[in-house]
Amino acid sequence: MTNQDVILTVWLVGAALITLGFIFVIMQVGKPAGDAAARMHASHTWQARLFALMAVAFIVGTWATLRHFPIPAQGRALGAPQTVQAVGRMWSWELKPDKVNAASAVEFRVTSDDVNHGFAIYAPSGRIVTQTQAMPGYTNHLLYTFDEPGIYTVQCIEYCGVGHGPMTATFEVLAAKGQ
Amino acid sequence: MASLTLYPQEERLAGGERLTFNLYLVTGLLLFVLMMLLGVVMRMTQARWLGVPSDWFYQLLSMHGAGMVGTSVMITTATMWFFLRKYVTLHLWAFATNYVLFMLGALCIIGAIFGGGYAALWTFLYPLPMQGMGLWSPGASALFMLGYLLIGVGSLVFYMDAAAGIIKVHGNLARALGLHWLFRGVIDPDHPKAVVASTSMVIANTLGILAGAVALVMSLVSIFFPEVKLDAVMIKTLIYWFGHMYINAAIYMGVIAIYELLPRYTHRPYALSRPFLWGWAATSMLVIIVFPHHLLMDYAMPHWMLVMGQIASWGSGFPVVIVTTWGALSNLYRADFKWSLPPMLLVLALFGWVTGGFGALLDSTIRVNLTMHNTQWVPGHFHFYLLLGVVAMTLGFIYHVIGDRAPDATRSGTGHKMFALYLAGALVFLFGFLDGGRVSVPRRMAEHLDAWLFTDQVGAVGGLLVLLAMLYFAAQLTAGLLQTPRAGAARVDTANAAR
Repeated sequence: MTNQDVILTVWLVGAALITLGFIFVIMQVGKPAGDAAARMHASHTWQARLFALMAVAFIVGTWATLRHFPIPAQGRALGAPQTVQAVGRMWSWELKPDKVNAASAVEFRVTSDDVNHGFAIYAPSGRIVTQTQAMPGYTNHLLYTFDEPGIYTVQCIEYCGVGHGPMTATFEVLAAKGQ
Repeated sequence: MASLTLYPQEERLAGGERLTFNLYLVTGLLLFVLMMLLGVVMRMTQARWLGVPSDWFYQLLSMHGAGMVGTSVMITTATMWFFLRKYVTLHLWAFATNYVLFMLGALCIIGAIFGGGYAALWTFLYPLPMQGMGLWSPGASALFMLGYLLIGVGSLVFYMDAAAGIIKVHGNLARALGLHWLFRGVIDPDHPKAVVASTSMVIANTLGILAGAVALVMSLVSIFFPEVKLDAVMIKTLIYWFGHMYINAAIYMGVIAIYELLPRYTHRPYALSRPFLWGWAATSMLVIIVFPHHLLMDYAMPHWMLVMGQIASWGSGFPVVIVTTWGALSNLYRADFKWSLPPMLLVLALFGWVTGGFGALLDSTIRVNLTMHNTQWVPGHFHFYLLLGVVAMTLGFIYHVIGDRAPDATRSGTGHKMFALYLAGALVFLFGFLDGGRVSVPRRMAEHLDAWLFTDQVGAVGGLLVLLAMLYFAAQLTAGLLQTPRAGAARVDTANAAR
């Protein structure tokens, strides 16, 4: 299961719960309402419970997703064993070198000669594994370790003019040394 | 507290007010239909059922984006005006000026795109507008930006008039927001929710528009003086501050219709509460600082801003769920009323807002954004809360407005069938985008791979169904708006008939 599959599944579960909540309330329309004060009291109680649940999810989720910040510190070399210089320009990529090894971290130094581009790395399976922006005047340092060898594709995913779609390049991830 | 009378006398429109209000709504409905048509054409192109060339595709995309965002804000401004004028003095000239400047701005944008070939999208990210590669000239970009400036000035005129009216009644904007009741004091139950929400948007959207104006003026300087080089990240930051705020203002202005109208249909008071005031106080702050979630993949951004973007995005969910949605559903629970299109569409709008918002919340998580940013996941979630949120809110509001002159329109069997078609079509359309995000289909791309065709075709079919339903709604609502309202006595009859 890829990251994307997990994300869609999480959303679908959330959307299903929201839908059930709405359907439940809609089905109650027209039924005897009972005492207004008791109804309001129950509403406030459940509202407070929902708030508490969301607050816990907020704290735990923030801690879990930011505890190890997913973007490396910028403005200096990252000291990875492999480095790829990546330059985007309307409408092509220049990658040096175009071969890296799996199981060893790669630092992509990504920039642009002209406008903003999106530097997205697609696995042979066709899914994005990671990305950053290629920005004129800046170099973004992207750190990634490839698990699987194969031909990977860099696709521009920040609209950059009429040649945006075909703005792709490929590079090869070789099997880890010693394998 | 808002009135429980379905059509209170103080909401009656006459003369210039009615003309201007109708101009807003009829223009908005027409533009919604036209922009949806462009959207369907693009999805059919991606599905390879139409052969629109790439340069045209990106012009259509620029028009669709600018047109939908502008129309959403224009039409929900009319929602805010309609209700806020009951509580504070709003000048018709300011409301009309906003409309005139919007139309002039729209003409500039249409001219820049279809006359000048502009195709740097609604986000005009520097320096793309200056580098048309022969497809558009810097002059076309300048005309596009002039259009934005005109629209922004129009919005500011309206907001300044609203701010003046609010301050005159409530003393200052903080009291209008009810900040003095956050911790203590007896809340005035007659303090209108419409004033709280309007004040929040006057503050937040004014700041956003000013940020956009700085980006636009700097970009215009760079167009006419190419030797002036701008910082791409700084301009992008200003653009997304403006862009995020502007489209969110459409939701937050449109939701006033839910606060005002839902209690009238459920026949239950919807009292102002301390959680409501806390919710809007939080929204007023979070909506201003949340925009860095658009820049999560710009690693050069200060990382504290990226963290702020994620945390503010997650935090924004609290007021939406705990305050607005819970409050509305609580108002609806076991209420005794007969469903008609206005409450159906308003409840649908809440569903669209919360469900689409959950997708946006996931996307604003930096780890998620690493694989979902700029994929079709993004139009998937924002179309969810625009198509099933803002548009549904607006349709519900307008159906209510025409209900006093064409009550049958709000309860017709065909209308209910079209509601079902709109909802079903939208869900199919949105699934195409969201599943496109799952399989890493990039957004904003004319040429699609064979592997992506299934989701494109699903999306195109859904889009066609939505367009069909929207054509019906727009035609019926326009006809209703152009009918002469009935006399005051009939307004009471209609209110009773809705029970």
